[in-house]
Amino acid sequence: MTRRHQRLVMVLLMLGCVSLAVGFALRAFNGDLLYYLTPTQLYDGRAPRHGQFRLGGVVEKGSVARMPGSMTVRFTLTDFKHAVPVVYTGILPDLFRVGQGIVVRGRMVSGIFQATQVLAKHGARYMPPGIHRPHPPSGEEKMLALKRDLAEGVRP
Amino acid sequence: MIAEIGLYALILGLLMALAQSFFGLAGPPFRRLRWMAVARPAAFGQLFFMALSYGCLTYLFVISDYSVRYVAKYSNPLMPFFYRIAGVWGAHEGSMMLWLLVLGIWTVLVALFSRKLPVEFSSRVLGVLGVISSGFFLFTLLTSNPFVRLLPPALHGGTLNPILEDPLLVIHPPMLYMGYVGLSVAFAFSVAALISGRMDAAWARWTRPWTLAAWIFLTIGIVLGSFWSYYELGWGGWWFWDPVENASFMPWLVATALIHSLAVSEKRGAFKSWTALLAIAGFSLSLLGTFLVRSGVLISIHAFALDPKRGMFILILLGVMTFLALILYLWRAPLLWNTGGGFHFLSRESFILFNNVLLIAGCGAVFLGTLYPLFIEVLGLGKISVGPPYFDHVFIPIMFPLFALIGIGPNVSWKRGSGSRLWHRIRWSFLVWTLAALALIVLAIRQRWPIETLLGTVFGAWVLASALIEPIHRLILRLRGEPARLTPSVLGMSIAHFGVGVVVLGITVSTTLGIWRDMPLQPGQSYRMAGFVYHFERIKPAQGRNWKGVRATFSIRQGGHAFSVVHPEKRRFFPDGGTTTNAAIVGGVVHDLFVSLGNPLGKGRWSIRFRYEPMVILVWLGGLIMALGGFLALCDRRYRIRFDEPPYLPLGALRPPPETEAEPRS
Repeated sequence: MTRRHQRLVMVLLMLGCVSLAVGFALRAFNGDLLYYLTPTQLYDGRAPRHGQFRLGGVVEKGSVARMPGSMTVRFTLTDFKHAVPVVYTGILPDLFRVGQGIVVRGRMVSGIFQATQVLAKHGARYMPPGIHRPHPPSGEEKMLALKRDLAEGVRP
Repeated sequence: MIAEIGLYALILGLLMALAQSFFGLAGPPFRRLRWMAVARPAAFGQLFFMALSYGCLTYLFVISDYSVRYVAKYSNPLMPFFYRIAGVWGAHEGSMMLWLLVLGIWTVLVALFSRKLPVEFSSRVLGVLGVISSGFFLFTLLTSNPFVRLLPPALHGGTLNPILEDPLLVIHPPMLYMGYVGLSVAFAFSVAALISGRMDAAWARWTRPWTLAAWIFLTIGIVLGSFWSYYELGWGGWWFWDPVENASFMPWLVATALIHSLAVSEKRGAFKSWTALLAIAGFSLSLLGTFLVRSGVLISIHAFALDPKRGMFILILLGVMTFLALILYLWRAPLLWNTGGGFHFLSRESFILFNNVLLIAGCGAVFLGTLYPLFIEVLGLGKISVGPPYFDHVFIPIMFPLFALIGIGPNVSWKRGSGSRLWHRIRWSFLVWTLAALALIVLAIRQRWPIETLLGTVFGAWVLASALIEPIHRLILRLRGEPARLTPSVLGMSIAHFGVGVVVLGITVSTTLGIWRDMPLQPGQSYRMAGFVYHFERIKPAQGRNWKGVRATFSIRQGGHAFSVVHPEKRRFFPDGGTTTNAAIVGGVVHDLFVSLGNPLGKGRWSIRFRYEPMVILVWLGGLIMALGGFLALCDRRYRIRFDEPPYLPLGALRPPPETEAEPRS
């Protein structure tokens, strides 16, 4: 092989590697992209018809209900304009509480968001993108949150 | 008072950095030896004032001076003393201070160890480092001043995020920063060489140890971070492809490529412009990492400090530095071409080329997945996120050819290798690997492993076998009195490659054979998983110095015998700190058992997560072995600059304008 041939082989091999990588990337992008929506966008009908997406919002006060003894919990996520009922089975993150901004992942099944994952961030003042709290939480709200925490037994 | 001293010291540090960059960079073109001579003391001064300023902030944390806003926010007398010191870098402002301190330390190390380098070159290197320091000093002073007063002072201190209250917090960020910031030294060496238009084997030999040192710290930092998230976040899992993790992983991939291509630049004088580009890319990616962490533009679990203004500043800093470096590169790189001569297809050079292509392709895949959401958002196409499956599907296949080549490359000769010689050198590793692969296939059929497990372990076995057999082979040759080199750098490479094999095994086995279940249980109940029986004994209130919580007791039995008793906890920190889940982990090399408390479900029930993680410890152990290999290579004698070595640009040559400088060297 002459040097020119060798170079050609090298370039072709490298092109092969790169196109393989791009191919993998494109294939994976089709399956692994997740859209992020707020409850208002969901009500505007922007949710993907099939498959999972992410939903951000604030856990509405008075909405957290647990079937005693089971790991299934229901709550509503709100962006202070619209609210979406969510059902989740599993362990909730430590930062999950009423009034906390969280992001859930899952799909809509007959009007209820079936969550497979609940993400709460470090930092209690976190707000998911696109969610704006209309006013700072009142003393009453804080009391309610505290009482609820106590009732749930999170704070021993 | 102390806060003001700290602030003034910070400003003086900025002035020192500015002096360092001006005299360092302006000295060589104006041919002023005295200007160049200023760069080194300026670097010392910069570190002095930076350390003073940092010391002031630490002191304020220790005495909990609540008239300083940053201290009032994150320090608390209830916090153990140890964490009050480490707490300095627990949040944004302090972490920038740490960044500057680390950069100051690197700069002074460069200043100390570059005395034997040509004065023009070392002056330029210090100048470039000064520019970087100045940028970060400005950033800290303008957008994240930690010494801002709080009037009237707060009555109570806030707390550090309780997740950060952990011994590893003390080591993990400094290590990571040593790595991140260390890449700026490689960047400075590259830019200095591009400015002078000379980049030869000596340059590569000077740059290699710095890059290697940064790579070692980065490796250790990533390993510690991964270990930390495994045991501290409470839910298991050691890598989430989170943007912040990716932000440290991308520079690591580039730095790995860089230490390999530097080897070619040193030994063969080839790949020089590519090496320079990698050094620029590594530094840009570490700035990008800072931007991603600090701006909160991406949905990440790590986002601590969110401030668009700060993000913008770093983005501008990143943009300007990368742009200037790339312009310089485009202008100067043609001078670096056509040196070193060609190489055959079967040669060490071409194997390292493939190593680089694969590592950079992997880095590109991670980059795409990390920043794609950002592009889409900027284009107004909605908010999306790219989940871990993308990274698994794209990154892992790119790595497999790398694992195949890793065992062959080091055995191929430079410039032109021969097939028979190569076979002669790898035949023993090949034989051992074949036997291991057969054993693995038998094991896989018996244990009904998924195909991924078999594939990963077979590739891992190849990496291990080739890394292990080669130095043993050389040792035997030497004992027989035949010529075979076994220098620290050869041994270091073998050990680092061995570490790669260990990581591959750990990742494969723990991710494909690990299991986890979330179960609702109440005291007195048992759960059986993977041959272990977990008995929920009791759950009781518990209390610590600055937390209250619950502590559960589980006894674990294996095959009828008591195996262990563990105590997972849930802690709530006060005042108004968050909650942490402290998982109980018992384990060893073979497997980890992992129990963590979920939520109270009412009627005395709790949700409990059980994990069975086989061989997960190998992931971090392998990483540390890689770092150890790097350290050994760093000890190689040839990186010590010899006294008798003629400087490549004698001082006398400063006076006449060197017309030969623009000529490409052959």
